[in-house]
Amino acid sequence: MSDTQHFVEIRHARKNYGYIEVLKDISLNVERGQIVAIIGPSGSGKSTLLRAINDLDPLTEGEVWLDGVQVNKKLPHRQYEKHINQMREHVGMVFQHFNLFPHLTVRENVTMAPKLLKGISNEDANKLAEEQLAHVGLLDRIDYYPSRLSGGQKQRCAIARALAMKPKLMLFDEATSALDPELVEEVNLVMKKLAEEHMTMIIVTHEMDFAASVCDRVLFMDQGYVVEEGPPEVVFKNPKEERTRAFLRKHLGGAK
Amino acid sequence: MLDFELMWRIYPYFLQAAWVTVQLSILTTILGLACGSLGAAARLSRHWYLRMIGATYVSLFRGTPALIQLFLLYFGGPQVGIQLDAFEAGVIGLGVNIGAYMTETMRGSIIAIDKGQTEAARTLGLSRFQAFRKVVLPQALRLMIRPLGVNINALIKGTALVAAISVVELTYTAQRYIGSTYKPFEMFLLSGLLYMVIIYIVGKGITYLDRKVRLT
Repeated sequence: MSDTQHFVEIRHARKNYGYIEVLKDISLNVERGQIVAIIGPSGSGKSTLLRAINDLDPLTEGEVWLDGVQVNKKLPHRQYEKHINQMREHVGMVFQHFNLFPHLTVRENVTMAPKLLKGISNEDANKLAEEQLAHVGLLDRIDYYPSRLSGGQKQRCAIARALAMKPKLMLFDEATSALDPELVEEVNLVMKKLAEEHMTMIIVTHEMDFAASVCDRVLFMDQGYVVEEGPPEVVFKNPKEERTRAFLRKHLGGAK
Repeated sequence: MLDFELMWRIYPYFLQAAWVTVQLSILTTILGLACGSLGAAARLSRHWYLRMIGATYVSLFRGTPALIQLFLLYFGGPQVGIQLDAFEAGVIGLGVNIGAYMTETMRGSIIAIDKGQTEAARTLGLSRFQAFRKVVLPQALRLMIRPLGVNINALIKGTALVAAISVVELTYTAQRYIGSTYKPFEMFLLSGLLYMVIIYIVGKGITYLDRKVRLT
């Protein structure tokens, strides 16, 4: 089980939709506590790569390993379902469009999975919800329904919901892209806080400033390839590849 | 002019008939919901053969007149060893028929729930079934109340068809009293009014239920 020494390891990932190749032989290692940003133009495959890590978008070829266990093991259907559900308990995911459960209150959104999957008592579930919501600064909205929250509050609730399962790894799929500009910061602050607590995170983002300030490593993807990767100082200030430069010119607007 | 005195004298018999219509409607609704749930489950199944069975059920029962289905069951049934009295044949015939419509209503409400909901649930570690049961279904049920109300509305009026296999409900009763009173206008008016009362009450109930569970 442990022929991997990295915390997250993606080996030769390929993904086709019919004839269209969206991931072309991508390998990536992430260490425990690292924060990796994936940037790139839309359609470059960055979300697909992120979603392959918890097998939401299964790879056509290649392997994904997490903490010494292969995520996308080849198993008969029933066994595979059991395996992947267990794996996913350890991988939190935050979506661009929040995907909060509208029929549940903020509290219930946070406690549903732990109650169902870990069988914790109501009392412990409430304590957990209060703890997680305090962490993201949403304790005062604990009994609201999602429809009454702002975008930033929704996303913070979604983060609390993911954290309630005590994941080892957090995946952020453009977590702030659907937010009004003035609400982006409150979500970024929560993510920074997680970074300070040494949560391992892989972040697909369009926000270069945020990526530069929080991440240990930046991956630039284009057309299904990782074009360039390295520490943010290098990728953002001294990119080697012309494609990276062209992309950054557009997105940094000459600010850096 | 209208013979109100006759209508006043005869309406208790129509009330009895209306009760039969109500019973028919309730039993048909229950059977329809059962068939609809199974049909929708089949149509949304992972297995192609179940999807095929579901699709065949829907196109068969929506593609032919309900009256033909009733006749086939009631008059044709004994020929293949199915012996039912008129009321039973009415409930089964109409229930299975409306179930095909309800299949589509339920399926539509379920697939209308955003895929992100299932994804969010699955990422937390919920199984396919748990995600459906805890996240998709509660939202889909809210969504299907009104369109199922439309199906039930159609079904209540559709119970008039079983007059053709001589179940003594509202429509049949109207026809029967025309035979002795020669007043078709009064008789059909009376039964029509009673249908309206039933439909009105059920409609109010559906609206109430919908408002009560609505999310926004």
